[in-house]
Amino acid sequence: MIQKTLDKLRPHFSEGGKFSALRSVFDGFETFLVVPSATSKSGVSIHDAIDSKRIMSFVVIALMPALLFGMYNIGYQNYAAAGATASCWTMFLYGLVVMLPKIVVSYGVGLGIEFVVAQWKKEEIQEGYLVTGMLIPMIVPVDTPLWMLALAVAFSVVFAKEVFGGTGMNIFNPALVARAFLFFAYPTSMSGDKVWLAKDTWFGLGNAIPDTKTLATPLGEAAAGLAPSGDIWQYCTGLMPGSIGETSVIAIAIGAVILLCTGIASWKTMCSVFVGGALTAWLFNIGGLDNAVANIPWYEHLALGGFCFGAVFMATDPVTSARTEGGKYIYGFLIGGLAITIRVLNPGYPEGMMLAILFMNMFAPLIDYCFVQRNISKRLKRAQDK
Amino acid sequence: MERTYKLKKGLDVRLAGEAAQTLAKAAVSSLYAVRPADFHGITPKPCVKPGDKVRAGDPLFTDKATERIHVASPVSGTVKEIVRGERRKILHITVEPSDNQVFADYGTADAATIGREELIDLLLRAGLFAFIRQRPYDVVANPDDAPKALFVSAFSKMPLAADFAFAIQGREAHFKNGLKALAKLAPVFLGISPEQTGCAWVPTEGCEVNVFDGPNPSGNVGVQINHVSPVNKGEIVWTLGAEEVAFVGELLETGHVNLTRRIAVAGSEVIRPEYVETPIGASLSAILKDNVTNSEHNQRVIDGNPLTGRKASADDFLGARTTEVCVLPEGDDRHEVLGWIMPRLKEFSANRSYLSWLLGKNKAYNLDCRIKGGERHMIMSGEYDRVFPMDIYAGYLVKAIITGDIDQQEALGIYEVAPEDFAVAEFVCSSKLELQHIVRQGLDALRKENA
Repeated sequence: MIQKTLDKLRPHFSEGGKFSALRSVFDGFETFLVVPSATSKSGVSIHDAIDSKRIMSFVVIALMPALLFGMYNIGYQNYAAAGATASCWTMFLYGLVVMLPKIVVSYGVGLGIEFVVAQWKKEEIQEGYLVTGMLIPMIVPVDTPLWMLALAVAFSVVFAKEVFGGTGMNIFNPALVARAFLFFAYPTSMSGDKVWLAKDTWFGLGNAIPDTKTLATPLGEAAAGLAPSGDIWQYCTGLMPGSIGETSVIAIAIGAVILLCTGIASWKTMCSVFVGGALTAWLFNIGGLDNAVANIPWYEHLALGGFCFGAVFMATDPVTSARTEGGKYIYGFLIGGLAITIRVLNPGYPEGMMLAILFMNMFAPLIDYCFVQRNISKRLKRAQDK
Repeated sequence: MERTYKLKKGLDVRLAGEAAQTLAKAAVSSLYAVRPADFHGITPKPCVKPGDKVRAGDPLFTDKATERIHVASPVSGTVKEIVRGERRKILHITVEPSDNQVFADYGTADAATIGREELIDLLLRAGLFAFIRQRPYDVVANPDDAPKALFVSAFSKMPLAADFAFAIQGREAHFKNGLKALAKLAPVFLGISPEQTGCAWVPTEGCEVNVFDGPNPSGNVGVQINHVSPVNKGEIVWTLGAEEVAFVGELLETGHVNLTRRIAVAGSEVIRPEYVETPIGASLSAILKDNVTNSEHNQRVIDGNPLTGRKASADDFLGARTTEVCVLPEGDDRHEVLGWIMPRLKEFSANRSYLSWLLGKNKAYNLDCRIKGGERHMIMSGEYDRVFPMDIYAGYLVKAIITGDIDQQEALGIYEVAPEDFAVAEFVCSSKLELQHIVRQGLDALRKENA
């Protein structure tokens, strides 16, 4: 039945039809609803059932636990700050109401640009933004205004992705570029102790909280030289202030299991990030530095801030990470190490993960170059030894 | 004693309708055709005109450049037509077979004593040299070259592929004789699968036998070369199909060119998947006569196996190098809703977001020919490497070919590969890139550049 409707609609959307300007949108929805029935003309006659839609969808599914928990945490923090009590559902619903507009704006702006580009280049719509569009609202503080979010999305889709040629050709992770854009363009809205709380009431849900109310993340406190509040249990469950999706280690771990079981994310990259981070944090622990962040135990370092979220969902982006199998170990290890180093040595950036990943995005091709070059030299040597 | 190479990388895909090891009689083909495209790398020049009488083994066309590499008629009869396509390119030359088959006589020779020049000259005249291919470029070999080795693979792990051990039955002596003669051209390396060790047709002397134990594409001759004696820049390796070795052996023993093969007829749309004996060039409709299911959905006839074979139609002809003919559902009339999220238990995938990894290795799938996704840039990493058992960065090589970076292609080992080596990678590619096509174009461009 769906197919019949689509067949009836298609002429309107093809070249010369009434809505030919929306052709790419129609294509996008059609391939979303029905597996394209195009068959191969040359090369292999049969194909694996996997495609990039499936891969991207699974990453989005893996993000769901962290997203749902993030919504609950928005409500929890609001009610806790107001000193009010409410049921879990009320807190979750409040978080949902706060979060939904952000997701809508992110997808609306990002996919809008993708549709336009696809139409202009006469290409199919690329699914990469399905993941990016979900990531961006999850890695910003809850108080980020929607217009800022829209601006960041537009900037990153255009300048981090489309100018390079679209999904698969970009150098930097678009979601992190969006966050970095906000971080440097509007630093007061991205860090500090005023942005981690949703302060308005919506539809009778939540509590109005005065603008002066502050709430600092544990890392923020440590960077200011105070002892971080909370304990490892709280860091794992995630009932603490932080960017929306990043707080709960447990929720992120569920996502990690999905990504690793399906083989969509590389375990090599993911594990090396944790190894690199743990080792560096441990070295700072025993290094005797007079610095509150350096003295956070290494296991708490891994649970705090965006470390887990970055390691599981951002470092493993296949496009911007190292592509050689050996390179993935080095790439991941350096991300982990750099993230902790930035945290400890630069109190201006309590969140080192974003910069560490962006930095290593830049060096991933160099790491790969070394591995590929080794193969090339081996081949040359083989020829010369003859 | 053979040396065993254990290969871990690769992927076996089992399809429904594997050919049973029984031999059926094929319907007699009323027309045979030889396609110059099967001898990639030579520009054909016809040796015959429509109406000419030919014997089996008489040349139909030759290479335009040297006029030495002939391609022979598989049957005796009358040349019917030289079918040309765009820009007068010869598509195929058709021959109507006569009732009693007459063979051209090239005289017998002893494989043990025949000289190298003498053998090459005989193979050229009899049209068998054209079957020898060379690496680099995967094209018809040049008789003036001195290759460092000649590789033959006696098995294929491609889905629905013919089993050589069955296909060679009755011609084992020809096969061994052929190997003995070919050793005059270059040191011969025979690759066999673990199950084939100790088979009567595996020679014990005169050539090096290696066992390759691993999933598809371990039967690809290119994979075997890469492990035994990789092709360096400036070196040439010749390859020959295993059954074509038997053609050579038979030519020396009888003086006849007998291009008859046992072809596996397989696939889920075939009623009785089994083997038939037929000369090459037979019409596919004769081979498939009364043996294809009468279904309402569209079907695809493949000249070859589903990974490396050529999309054909029923009025097409059996390729010169083809060892199996497959019929699969085309699938262009199937409309699957929300495939990107459904479990799709009937589909096969190497990716674990589908459940085929839980359903066991022996489950045979009935796959159709849909691409099942749109073409994208290369997104996932390591996909190709997992199914590419050669010491080559497949993804990087493909990128070098796409960007036309010849130095990088050379450095990454393009001289060692043929399109078929990328077949499994093309199957698993989530970005749905036409890897075999890309590699073929890359090789052709490089050959032109280096000429």
